Amino acid sequence: MAEVAPGAADSRRLQFALLASVFVVAACGLAYELIAGALASYLLGDSVTQFSTIIGAYLFAMGVGSWLSKFVTRDLIGTFIKIELAVGVIGGFAAAGLFVAFAAQAGPFRVLLYGAVFVVGVLVGLEIPLVMRILKHDIAFNELVARVLSFDYLGALAVSILFPLLLAPHLGLVRTGFLFGLLNAAVALWALWLFRERLARRTGLRLAGATTVVVLAGGLAGAGHLTTVAEGWIYADDIIHAENTPYQRIVVTRWHDDVRLFLNQNLQFSSRDEYRYHEALVHPGLAGVAHARRVLVLGGGDGFAVREVLKYPNIEAVTLVDLDPAMTRLFSTASLLRELNGDALNSPKLKTVNADAVRWLEDNEDLFDFIVVDFPDPSSYSLGKLYSAPFYRLLARHLAPHGRLVVQATSPFYARRSYWTVVATLEDAGLRTAPYHALVPSFGEWGFILASREAYQPPEAYAVPLRFLTAPTTAAMFDFPADMARVETEVNRLSNQVLVRTFESEWRHVVR
Amino acid sequence: MASPPGELSGSDMVRGHRLRERRMASSTEQRRVPVLIIGAGIGGLLAAWRMERAGFRDFTLIELERSVGGNSRHGENAVSRYPLGAHYLPLPTREALAVRELLADLGVLQGDPHAARPNYDETMLCHEPQERLHINGLWQEGLWPRLGVAAAERDQYTRFLDRMAQFREAKDGQGRRAFALPAALSSNEPRWRELDRITMRQWLLDNGFDSPHLHWYVNYACRDDYGTRHAETSAWAGIHYFACRNGEAANAAGDSVLTAPEGNGWIVRRLAPRYADRTVTGAMAIALAQGAASGANRRAASADFFLEDENRVVRYEAQQIVWAAPLFVLPHVAPELPADLVAAARGGDYAPWLVANLTLRQPPHSGAGAPLSWDNVLHGSPALGYIVATHQRIATAPGPTVLTYYHALSAEPPQRARERLRDTPREVWARDVLADLGRAHPEIGGLTTRLDVFRHGHAMIRPLPGTLWSAARQRLAQGWESVHFAHADVSGMSLFEEAAYRGVRAAEHAMRRLGVGFGQPLG
Ligand SMILES: Cc1cc2nc3c(=O)[nH]c(=O)nc-3n(C[C@H](O)[C@H](O)[C@H](O)COP(=O)(O)OP(=O)(O)OC[C@H]3O[C@@H](n4cnc5c(N)ncnc54)[C@H](O)[C@@H]3O)c2cc1C
Repeated sequence: MAEVAPGAADSRRLQFALLASVFVVAACGLAYELIAGALASYLLGDSVTQFSTIIGAYLFAMGVGSWLSKFVTRDLIGTFIKIELAVGVIGGFAAAGLFVAFAAQAGPFRVLLYGAVFVVGVLVGLEIPLVMRILKHDIAFNELVARVLSFDYLGALAVSILFPLLLAPHLGLVRTGFLFGLLNAAVALWALWLFRERLARRTGLRLAGATTVVVLAGGLAGAGHLTTVAEGWIYADDIIHAENTPYQRIVVTRWHDDVRLFLNQNLQFSSRDEYRYHEALVHPGLAGVAHARRVLVLGGGDGFAVREVLKYPNIEAVTLVDLDPAMTRLFSTASLLRELNGDALNSPKLKTVNADAVRWLEDNEDLFDFIVVDFPDPSSYSLGKLYSAPFYRLLARHLAPHGRLVVQATSPFYARRSYWTVVATLEDAGLRTAPYHALVPSFGEWGFILASREAYQPPEAYAVPLRFLTAPTTAAMFDFPADMARVETEVNRLSNQVLVRTFESEWRHVVR
Repeated sequence: MASPPGELSGSDMVRGHRLRERRMASSTEQRRVPVLIIGAGIGGLLAAWRMERAGFRDFTLIELERSVGGNSRHGENAVSRYPLGAHYLPLPTREALAVRELLADLGVLQGDPHAARPNYDETMLCHEPQERLHINGLWQEGLWPRLGVAAAERDQYTRFLDRMAQFREAKDGQGRRAFALPAALSSNEPRWRELDRITMRQWLLDNGFDSPHLHWYVNYACRDDYGTRHAETSAWAGIHYFACRNGEAANAAGDSVLTAPEGNGWIVRRLAPRYADRTVTGAMAIALAQGAASGANRRAASADFFLEDENRVVRYEAQQIVWAAPLFVLPHVAPELPADLVAAARGGDYAPWLVANLTLRQPPHSGAGAPLSWDNVLHGSPALGYIVATHQRIATAPGPTVLTYYHALSAEPPQRARERLRDTPREVWARDVLADLGRAHPEIGGLTTRLDVFRHGHAMIRPLPGTLWSAARQRLAQGWESVHFAHADVSGMSLFEEAAYRGVRAAEHAMRRLGVGFGQPLG
């Protein structure tokens, strides 16, 4: 090494500074990984595969970086500073760049995504080995490993707490990216100052450092504007509300009279045809239960299902259980959305519970005459459990003697096996089923399943005002044409989770 | 410094040493009871269960630790219950009568307990995805290494599994299985028992199995089940692991297992309250003696216990004693134990284990390749991976969780490993555990809010070659006059089914001696 060994006090200060920078560097490294993962699941949907391949690629790249570090033989400190600046710029701009690229459909998005992840991973992988080598003359190896790794963990700890609680929800991914870019740049500048005596070509590094800070600060300032513009491209329509909650990203768009809700980028409804979905979900089941007084709605924080339920004057109490308070708050306060759901969420008959539906069902003994189950599709193992026989048995415990429940069960056209798997599962839980389907243009042909302890007869007439359903068309909905007809399937058990596997393979073939 | 807070605890790390000191103390009180059960692990609890099932309730159950369950104990915090030891039970074999009756009694096996394919409570069957392996930087489904493994090696897997399937079906002329569970019901024909003479590794090599990944897997299985490397495990035991299980279910695949957040602790949790009124905890057996047998006026056997809280000794006199504590303790407490039993009990070699429970703010990132599963194993790790306590939970959103990390200290001789286990501070274990898991989960250190370490000094008996079908083992199965042995040690393999079999059998022996009827034997 070209550097001159510093004095003892000096050395202690240097060690401290470098360990502090390990903390920051580790924090930044994890932050970029989390940002990329969150961004990918946000833009490409919350698929398990997306999130995990990002982490895999990132870890692999870090390994490559560590390996490459052995080729750095001269000017360790200068190289470290350059790497910090490079990580700052690339990591800092990654989220913004990817976001814009996705929105503008510029280039193959996945290639850009993994490319960025890989480059940042390699650079981050280089950092820690370099720090260890810079320090190795001053600290015994055991101590060195212990200290560096401790600070590494501490940095990761800080970010893993801050990211979900503070950064992602309040700053958003793009701003968080810039912020950590600036932190990397700050480490570089600090190192530049600390080692000012030991570095040969300082001017170039100083200039590079200053430019990096300015560029990143500019990015941070413009991030809000950038996000709005880019999201505008993605959604094609005006965004009238966007919010990150601990559970999901909520986006509401409007174009003329069409209001749409997206959760994690997945379309939940379009105001043009949501009445078809929600009428089909509620009325074939509820119209026939003349004695119905008490209704339970699981999921469906938008209040549309509740709106349909409240059309019946005999209903005395509705309980809505939705995990995300932000959803129910939004749909009970925003005037445009209250207009759409008929202000259902402010009805005196409604009790809103923001809780995990399963926990709530387990802790509660209430019986209901009608239960609406409007959960997201079974796209992950944890969601798959909400379509399993034990879950349906738990639900059945909350069904009054002549009660009935209805389940949204994905598309019998696009995901035929999945749909009939849910039917078989409800039957395995000891319920009699009445499967039916309806056309919702935004989604395509959609499937629902009624289940109860008794046989089902479609209503002969509807006593409430409806835009879509009529008694004769309702009867026809229980008929399945040949391409959607029942297929033999296994039961979705917790011990096999066949539904998640089937669902994934079926939707993979669908280009929406 | 960076290590998260937590506790260091464990069984028999200090208490054993007190044994000899207390031997001299004399008792301050005498109690009488028809049957005394010493040790409330699975063996002791199942002995109690068997007696109560026969309508016989006159027993007292005495346990050294503060809580019952032994190796199947569990812990609990605000996030979840979690295991401190045993974590699963495979579907019981056809011949595991006691386990089947027990599961039926607990309502988990539904319908006829002896049906070929009974229905099991689905919430107790391990949910999918059950297991995954981290290898070459990626996760894959299942534990047989596949990623980056050559076709020739995978052909060996197939050939190996075919051999195991043959062993599973194999029976002798009397209809006894070659590898039954309980093991004592296996055929005694030499062609199979000879396998107890060599190690599992040797058997693999003798049979043309040289695939490194196959060896890794078989070694993993031996470390996981016996805390012993395959180069030291008896081939009979190694094959038994793969060949004994033939349990089936109407509503699950044959390789399903029963589990709960607290591992096998759920069984302890369900059984313990039934005998709570006759259970004494915090009481260590420090002496055991036979009564003088003289015709009809038989004097009772006796056992002395040191009561930790009261700091005094009580003596129990009993007509029959079920010894359900580990067998290596026996020679220390029973001076009159015949020499052959002393030798047999001393012959056991025990593997030490470390169990770390990590409480996490949220589940770790699943990583690439395969989603977070119940059992997550890291290839190339000295430990055995981790299981997820909240895996069986049904919830609409993920929350905090507990990971149970298992580490059988099998890389060095047991005595040395035991000393290391005793002398290493928690912070050092914590750092090692986080570093090991950090290879697959770099963020784990940041997610962990608590890391509790539990040490089992004598976790399980090691099935070394020559220990399973030996004269010593047969001698132990016969017991010592009115003292009947009910620990898995009697079988030489530390498995739930063996502990259950030994417990039930000891109870039946005791009841027979007392003239208590109990119907069809289960042991
Ligand atoms: C980490 C670990 C994981 C395991 N995982 C599994 C698994 O997944 N599946 C499986 O089938 N098996 C597993 N096992 C094996 C397990 O040992 C058996 O399942 C079973 O719990 C053994 O029960 P036991 O009654 O024979 O022994 P123990 O559990 O050892 O019970 C003996 C009891 O005697 C008490 N005792 C000891 N000395 C005295 C004394 N002097 N006075 C009074 N009481 C005393 C002890 O405190 C203890 O409670 C595991 C074991 C360990 C250690």
